[in-house]
Amino acid sequence: MGSGDSFAVEAADLSKRFGRFTAVDAVSFLVPRGTIFGLLGANGAGKSTIIRMLCGLLRSSSGTATVAGFDINRQSEQVKQNIGYMSQRFSLYLDLTVRENIRFFGGIYGLSREEVGRRLDWVLEMAGLRQRLDDLTSELSGGWRQRLALGCAILHSPRIIFLDEPTAGVDPVSRREFWELINELAAGGTTVLITTHYLDEAEYANRILLIHSGRIVAQGTPGELKNSVLHGPTLEVSCSRCIEALKRLQSQPWVRQTAVFGSTLHVRPLASLGLEETRRRIRELLSDPLFELRGVESIFPSLEDVFIQLIERQDSASESGAEGPS
Amino acid sequence: MSPPPAVETLGLSKSFGDTTAVADLTLSIPQGQMFALVGPDGAGKTTVLRLLCGVLAPTDGTVRILGMELPRELERIKRRIGYFSQGFSLYGDLSVDENIEFFAEIHGVEEFRKRREELLQFTRLEPFRRRQADRLSGGMKQKLALVCTLIHRPSLLLLDEPTTGVDPVSRRDFWVILSSLMTEDITVLLTTPYLDEAERCHQVGMLQSGRLLVADSPAALRGRLGGTLLEIICSEVRRAFAVLKESSLIAEVQIFGDRLDVLLDNRTVQENQVRELLHREGIDILGWRAVQPRLENLFISLMKAEG
Repeated sequence: MGSGDSFAVEAADLSKRFGRFTAVDAVSFLVPRGTIFGLLGANGAGKSTIIRMLCGLLRSSSGTATVAGFDINRQSEQVKQNIGYMSQRFSLYLDLTVRENIRFFGGIYGLSREEVGRRLDWVLEMAGLRQRLDDLTSELSGGWRQRLALGCAILHSPRIIFLDEPTAGVDPVSRREFWELINELAAGGTTVLITTHYLDEAEYANRILLIHSGRIVAQGTPGELKNSVLHGPTLEVSCSRCIEALKRLQSQPWVRQTAVFGSTLHVRPLASLGLEETRRRIRELLSDPLFELRGVESIFPSLEDVFIQLIERQDSASESGAEGPS
Repeated sequence: MSPPPAVETLGLSKSFGDTTAVADLTLSIPQGQMFALVGPDGAGKTTVLRLLCGVLAPTDGTVRILGMELPRELERIKRRIGYFSQGFSLYGDLSVDENIEFFAEIHGVEEFRKRREELLQFTRLEPFRRRQADRLSGGMKQKLALVCTLIHRPSLLLLDEPTTGVDPVSRRDFWVILSSLMTEDITVLLTTPYLDEAERCHQVGMLQSGRLLVADSPAALRGRLGGTLLEIICSEVRRAFAVLKESSLIAEVQIFGDRLDVLLDNRTVQENQVRELLHREGIDILGWRAVQPRLENLFISLMKAEG
């Protein structure tokens, strides 16, 4: 690796313009080696443009980045040799067996027969696929298929792997096992960049970068983001006639933010009010039996709460309002 | 007399050749509720919805929708349900307005204009009404598809993964709209791979390999697992994970970025044991919180019990 041994990715003022449209606007960040790093944003926020630049597939308009110590614009071939890429819709060949898929991807990465053999063994061990070696890929369940896709993406032992919505639609047990694997890889020094707009998936990251309209809105550990962005308690109100209850809450000066979550409401009071006082006021406000108030509980905010809060702040500052390109 | 359930199935099953897609599903959803059918890809969620709207015929079992029987009263049922399938197809070269008109025609709704205005206001699509559907963002397409599903004022809405592939901002918008529908006394049955979405509904059914593992309110489901979930923020989180996993002290431990989630069956005994173990290993504890287990914990324990 180049000079910055401790950082797998260093981006400095990285920008990309398409004609008059700025997709990525002077983005700077560092990804420490061996971390799971989450790149989050809505559709059109600029996530995939950043990833394409980091993979050496797209030149930056200005600014630069190094990946595994290599310059993305000048050394894109070396960059490509040092990264692996996997997406939920990873193109495994379904009509090939597990063994054939692994051989095929070994060929793509230019591994020798010997190397493929050695890595094949390693992948089977890692993914627990030894019993399935000669099964057709189409016969594997979502969880197995995903582990095979991961194995194929890291056959050439890349220093950095990019995961694009890797566990969307996978059952919870397989998902949990997948993240244990990823944590083992990261503990071994591999750096993992994950892009997703499923915020529950982002909870697995050690550090997170939130992108909106091509700019960095916030970065930190999931815990730091929750603490720094959301001051004061968040309460979950379970009641009937949610929309009427919502309107009533919104008219109160001590209510700072509300959101509907299906059959429940999330309420954030002014930070000065405190949990117990807020709870008392909500109970009083919704005391009409009409609302069938079932509970007012303090909850731990999710990354989605953080994300929405930051984006609303940003949008009310710029008052753009219109939806960006998808 | 109380109104009949919006959905009532008894021993509903569907096989395709040797594959059982849905097995012995018995389910009852009262009118006016929001019900989430949650499960991974391939669990049978879409097949269940297709059976309920009469697109597929069951191999076994019965379905009643709003008190009417399938397939005998299919035509009457069709008028009362809205089905939002995955890959719901809008006409890309028609405008927002024209798409809605088209779906009104399909459903035989002649007086659709007032309803259209109402729905466009409601979904905030009004400013874009003359735009071609192809030129809408993903989130807006999703909303337009929902409007088309609602044009004939259905009493039961079947939504197949309505928020898959939708970003967080549009997703939240979509949920506000769904919640507002509850004031129209609509029953909503939706499928989702996400437990955090399921948690927002009155009832959640967990589907795995075609079997309904459990169905109940989120609170009752969380209560069912019992136990306590510890959220621990600590130094050297990966080492702490390994230590706890090897200790056989606890039922389950999971690593989330800078946090560990530890599932305890018996908090009074285990909480101190966990704390002591981490101390002995020289791991600094930065945050410590006990919460109720999540739906995911229940799902995993049920899946393990099933084998």
